[in-house]
Amino acid sequence: MRTVDVGDVRQAVGELLRHSAHSLPEDYLKAMRTARQEEQSPTGQDVIELLLENAAYAESETIPTCQDTGMAILFVEVGQEVHFSGGEIEAALQDATRDAYSDLRKSVVSDPLLRVNSGDNTPALIHWEIVAGDGLRISTLQKGFGAELMSRVQMFPPAVGEEGLQQFVLDTIESAGPNACPPLIVGVGIGGSLDTVGMAAKKALLRPIGSQSPEQHVAKFEAEMLEAINRLGIGPQGLGGVVTALAVHVEVLATHIAALPIAVNLNCSAPRRATLEL
Amino acid sequence: MARTVEAPLDEATIKSLRAGERVVMTGKIYAARDAAHKRLVEAMQKGEALPLPLSGQVIYYVGPAPAKPGSVIGPAGPTTSGRMDPYTLPLLERGVAGLIGKGSRSEEVKRALVRHRAVYFGAVGGASALLARQIRSSRILAYPDLLSEAVRELEVEEFPLIVINDCHGGDAYLAAREAYRSDGGRSQRSR
Repeated sequence: MRTVDVGDVRQAVGELLRHSAHSLPEDYLKAMRTARQEEQSPTGQDVIELLLENAAYAESETIPTCQDTGMAILFVEVGQEVHFSGGEIEAALQDATRDAYSDLRKSVVSDPLLRVNSGDNTPALIHWEIVAGDGLRISTLQKGFGAELMSRVQMFPPAVGEEGLQQFVLDTIESAGPNACPPLIVGVGIGGSLDTVGMAAKKALLRPIGSQSPEQHVAKFEAEMLEAINRLGIGPQGLGGVVTALAVHVEVLATHIAALPIAVNLNCSAPRRATLEL
Repeated sequence: MARTVEAPLDEATIKSLRAGERVVMTGKIYAARDAAHKRLVEAMQKGEALPLPLSGQVIYYVGPAPAKPGSVIGPAGPTTSGRMDPYTLPLLERGVAGLIGKGSRSEEVKRALVRHRAVYFGAVGGASALLARQIRSSRILAYPDLLSEAVRELEVEEFPLIVINDCHGGDAYLAAREAYRSDGGRSQRSR
């Protein structure tokens, strides 16, 4: 058994969210530098260059890369031998979000119908997973909603097959067009049920760009999808080009004999993603 | 060098702009996004006075992040314009001449841009820290309770834009996509 003080968690997660708002991950920057070489459209090249300059400027000035500093989504993996002391862990994570967003944009309304800003960007969306051991691992996504809004979920019957799923992904990207701020990172969940397929798509966005599924058939699906998406012509910011997506990450789940659910969760070209272990 | 257009926009400038053209904008523009649009249109329906001028003016769909101490404004890139489509016609009818955002507009808005001689410009989404550098002043004009969604008057200097929809029916997104499409229109045809 290991005791973890929730005050330490609050501080570490607060710092992580603060930092991640102005510092984009290295795997993304690397992928963008490669994309700049691969892009054929001069306007597309300029857009990628501008986004790389913006990332460097934001980092050097410690200001957010994008005004939409997102809704904080936290994935918490807790070892079953961890004991939290000093308060409630959930409250500590909400406090961490409140701390970090004191200088970031408050983009959350407390009620979807009444639409009054919560004033401190809480609540963060927290997903818990109990795992073996005594570790504590927290991943964060500060998700901009321009791309979230263009994401989709569909409960298909099995007869739709792999080809039907590919068409659904392409239709999603095509109707998102310039709105979701391409070059995109495309998270896809396949299988499970209505609730878990969306989560799988979101978790796929946590994977570093360039990683591929350990399942061979899934890795093949990822590679084929990326190629097909980049043939759509949408390009950086929708201004035309051959780089519409940087990566397609697919997570698969066991599902019922009657169903073939799919969710496509889009991330804009500003993936605010980070992980810490305590 | 991209040519400079002055805000507010005059008729000759509006007519001369073509989809796909890159420009820089200098002058006064007005920030408003979702919640502010809802209030503005409700105020118009009730016949109330509006907190900003409309004729010839440019509206920028932006909800800036908080400014760092000593800065004029925080990161201030465009938000998705399509969400403002349901509120855009009454604004164009009252003479709004320019819209700045990112992403596609509805067919109805595109037709209204032609009818009312107005232009939709795109700014690069996510280039928000750099775009904020081109904003020289920022002042809240109305709805401070909406926080980042308040209506602001912004003075911009050489604010980089691309004409997406001009007043002649041109559409830069559609033209650019067709130019680089290499799937034989597979996705579109299947719908």
